[in-house]
Amino acid sequence: MESHKRLHLKTFLMISIMVLAGPLGNVLLGKGMKTIGPVTATSPADVLHLLARVLTTGYIWMGIASLLTFFLAYMLVLSWADYSFVQPSSAFSYVVVATLSVVLLGEVVSPLRWLGIAVICLGVFVVGRTHPNTTEIR
Amino acid sequence: MREVIFFTLIVVAGTSGELCVSRAMKETGEVHDFRPLAILKVVLRAMRVKWTWIGVGLMTIGFFSLLGILSFENVSLVVPVTALSYVVGALGGKFFLGERVNRRRLLGIALVCVGVTLVVLGNR
Repeated sequence: MESHKRLHLKTFLMISIMVLAGPLGNVLLGKGMKTIGPVTATSPADVLHLLARVLTTGYIWMGIASLLTFFLAYMLVLSWADYSFVQPSSAFSYVVVATLSVVLLGEVVSPLRWLGIAVICLGVFVVGRTHPNTTEIR
Repeated sequence: MREVIFFTLIVVAGTSGELCVSRAMKETGEVHDFRPLAILKVVLRAMRVKWTWIGVGLMTIGFFSLLGILSFENVSLVVPVTALSYVVGALGGKFFLGERVNRRRLLGIALVCVGVTLVVLGNR
């Protein structure tokens, strides 16, 4: 019983880290890439120059660190929980990313987009409430 | 057109990569010890599984595509649209793994599609 409770607690903790670190990472990458400007690489030299700019942008590294935190939590939770459980549980991250985009990047999110995000969360949640195994056990 | 290419790469490569990593971690085994050294050992063990590398390769393609599109599109548009990975995941499950997509799962996938459409329309 105790180990069952601990399993739930560590699953909740890992999914919470995923839901916060993933969106934060994307927002930081967005901020970093906006400072670089639209990608227009037409030659190998352009690609190298672009890569150098990407790798010397602080926000990109902060974003990568945040996404690595997300990835570590994700890998750990997948070692004991089902993919079909973990993926829907992170549905809330779409609301978090939109909120962080508004607060940290000053993006304007229209009511229609908020509605779309809410519908996506609902859809992801509905997918997650289906039985994880749809094939016959042989 | 440029957006379509970036979104396709993010969704298809990203979802395939995640499935590969999921398989790799199941092969690696459940994590019980959360001390840094133990976690490092798990990571090193996972690195010996070929699915980890296939997954990481695919996720890298998805990642650089994400960086590319974030250079000219808003985060609040890009990330919700990548929810299309649920559609790709379900279609992949149906056609490559022989899974049955029941009505409830279809409803969820349809809701994701409607949501993504609203997010894109909300851009205008």
